[in-house]
Amino acid sequence: MTRLRFLPLLALLLSGSAAHAQQVTVIKLPELQKRLSRQNDTTYVVNFWATWCAPCVKELPYFDQLSTTYARQKVKVLLVSLDYASQLDKKVKPFVRRRGLRSEVVLLNETDPNSWLDKVDGKWSGALPFTLIYNQKKQLRAAFEQEFTQAELTTQLQTFLR
Amino acid sequence: MKTLFSFFAACCALVLLSNFALVSPGYQVGDKVADFRLKNVDGTLVSLADNKAARGYIVVFTCNTCPYAKAYESRIIALHQKYASQGYSVVAINPNDVATVPGDSFAEMQARAASQKYPFAYLQDESQQVARTFGATRTPHLYVVTKQGADFVVSYIGAIDDNSEDAKLVKTKYVEQAMTDILAGKPAATSSTKAIGCTIKWKKA
Repeated sequence: MTRLRFLPLLALLLSGSAAHAQQVTVIKLPELQKRLSRQNDTTYVVNFWATWCAPCVKELPYFDQLSTTYARQKVKVLLVSLDYASQLDKKVKPFVRRRGLRSEVVLLNETDPNSWLDKVDGKWSGALPFTLIYNQKKQLRAAFEQEFTQAELTTQLQTFLR
Repeated sequence: MKTLFSFFAACCALVLLSNFALVSPGYQVGDKVADFRLKNVDGTLVSLADNKAARGYIVVFTCNTCPYAKAYESRIIALHQKYASQGYSVVAINPNDVATVPGDSFAEMQARAASQKYPFAYLQDESQQVARTFGATRTPHLYVVTKQGADFVVSYIGAIDDNSEDAKLVKTKYVEQAMTDILAGKPAATSSTKAIGCTIKWKKA
């Protein structure tokens, strides 16, 4: 009985820490563009995904894992959700929490993809998933309109870390 | 030995060719369309040349399962209702690999077409060759083709409109703008646009 008394407290602590673990910031295109052209020696891995996109959901853990695997190197992962902003609380936040994603997650709130897809990358036709890897200091940048296996992703990232 | 060598050379050529097909960017506006022959949900085989009265077609790569394709389904039906009488019927093509997405099987396509009362042909691109040739990457991915002499020529590639989530909030109806020009016998002022969609589920090599 004494033990049971701690349960609500424990639940509160757990839910509190889970909520704290991950925020999803809603951004517009100019903010995204800033994040796609950081002038430093970090390698940024930017993955465009959505909760409704099955191949995206499948490869997300590979991206999220990079922050841990390359913790000692200058690698940053940014997960850009293309879910509708109206789905933020209903779909995106619960998904991020459920999956325990540790990387930074933002939601790009823009309609009319025709007006902004080219500003992200001219090679992007609009299919999801889509991934950009760049390192401004090394003047390296690569775009991938494809689904990754973990091995493929590692291989691509390695070319930026040499 | 010689035959072995020529066999080897032929294999190399095949590999090169198939690689080329994979990286081929597909049609650009102005390109002539190679006709195809695909199975419709009613069991018949459909080609662009079948309808002698067609002035062109609105070819849409779409599917049963992609949320974006579903969001645009009623708008694709509306396009057919608006333009079929003017000589441009919608031809919907599902290119997804059924092994990856069972919901896009031929039987599921038939069920979807029946339940939503598709007024247009809904074809299965089982070999995915038509999608490859067009250069389609996602669902939905739309092409307007216009009859010129005996050929069909690509007049518009891209998006349906600028708001996938809510048809009522659309400001620019890209394909309808293009159709206005095309029906007036002019090239589309904006002939190429982009849209977000689900990647076509290609067969695993």
